[in-house]
Amino acid sequence: MNHKLNIWRQKNANDKGKFYTYEVSGVSPDQSFLEMIDELNDDLTRKGEDPVHFDHDCREGICGACSMVINGHAHGPKGLITTCQLHMRSFSDGEEITIEPWRAKPFPVIKDLVVDRTPMDRIIQAGGYVSVNTGGTPDANAIPIAKHLADTAMDAAQCIGCGACVATCKNASAMLFTAAKISQLAVLPQGNAERANRAEKMIAVMEEEGFGGCTNTGACEVECPKGISLEHIARAHREYMSAKFSSHNV
Amino acid sequence: MSWIINTLTSTIGRKVIMALTGLFLILFLAVHLVGNLQLLYHDGGEAFNLYTQFMAHNPLIQIVSKGNFFFIFLHIFVSLTLYVRNKKARPIGYKVSAGNSNSTWSSRSMALLGTFILIFIGLHLYGFWFNLKFGEVAMVTIDGVSMHNAYALVAESYTIPGVVAFYIFSMIVLAFHLWHGFASAFQSLGLNHPKYNGIISGMGKLYAVIIPALFALIPIYMYLNNAG
Repeated sequence: MNHKLNIWRQKNANDKGKFYTYEVSGVSPDQSFLEMIDELNDDLTRKGEDPVHFDHDCREGICGACSMVINGHAHGPKGLITTCQLHMRSFSDGEEITIEPWRAKPFPVIKDLVVDRTPMDRIIQAGGYVSVNTGGTPDANAIPIAKHLADTAMDAAQCIGCGACVATCKNASAMLFTAAKISQLAVLPQGNAERANRAEKMIAVMEEEGFGGCTNTGACEVECPKGISLEHIARAHREYMSAKFSSHNV
Repeated sequence: MSWIINTLTSTIGRKVIMALTGLFLILFLAVHLVGNLQLLYHDGGEAFNLYTQFMAHNPLIQIVSKGNFFFIFLHIFVSLTLYVRNKKARPIGYKVSAGNSNSTWSSRSMALLGTFILIFIGLHLYGFWFNLKFGEVAMVTIDGVSMHNAYALVAESYTIPGVVAFYIFSMIVLAFHLWHGFASAFQSLGLNHPKYNGIISGMGKLYAVIIPALFALIPIYMYLNNAG
């Protein structure tokens, strides 16, 4: 398979950046998308050029590192997978492929396709955890949890923090990411003690970081590699508003 | 008090304001439509004139009408602040867009659709409301009470094809705005539940089609009636 690639290249955060065109040939349909770029980079290195920088780590769809927008879709045109799980057979021979970094004010480009996603870490640090500082390991199943709540929490916990929701949203909103964590911990008894503080603090940091507001287009849910539902955003709204009107943070 | 300001100015708080004012305006549309349907009586406009007379003089309606103007203003003002914030959040856009494959055109175009609706409301208010309130309108006497002949004002403007066409086009725009807005308001209020989601989105789509269609039907009917 042969492809024409339009790849965003940018030296650093201050560089303006632009698209470069590369021709790749002899691409195997069984290659993963990242392996295709690996080969391009081998070529570029042999020619003494700077390889295309991109984030990647586990290459099995669980770390959320491989962030790129491929032909307008975060993680490429196929649903429920990350870029590393995307194979070249998902493209037709000769297809032109445009690869862009996540685009959002809070995610400045570090180099080429690599962006700084630490704003999402700061949202989690604001309250996306359960503080248990004492005692031994509790018995499994000591606290009964309804099956549907356990399922809801599990669904939300699938978030790998890749930022595809932010990249996809026309407003660069981080609501799906933030809501997934608020929702996951809100439905579990272990998360109950810090519930109100969590919702207030995580949303406050989300806003300080400069993400846009959610307008319910639902694009994030479609592009999310883990299929996290808008239901979690609705729950986060309930958590936030009830916390705002009843918490002790005056 | 700062927590209230803080809540209402957060993006979620603003979204809730958008939803509440939006739902009020959705209700207003239905009430407005019921009034407009009086235009279809074959009574030389008596029913419609009595209705406008009632709307212009009932004290409760006066209060609701002021509230309505305020909610329209709030809906527009809050949406503008959100629009500016959301644009700032993505200074550099994408070269390739996913288009309709992950969201509906109406959900992505609410600001554009809303701006057009605002222009429509401006012209609509100028043409009817402003004229009735401050302009020179012919009088008519029904049951011994002298009142504005609002029916004649409306019927006359719907003899102009351009006015009718603009009205129909505006109702199509309104339909697209409601197509996303109705169900979106419920989601913003946190009302998302598998038992009701289907009903809400189904009702939203029905409402988005039926209400603007009935609104548009009135000038079409009056125009044809007049021409025929």
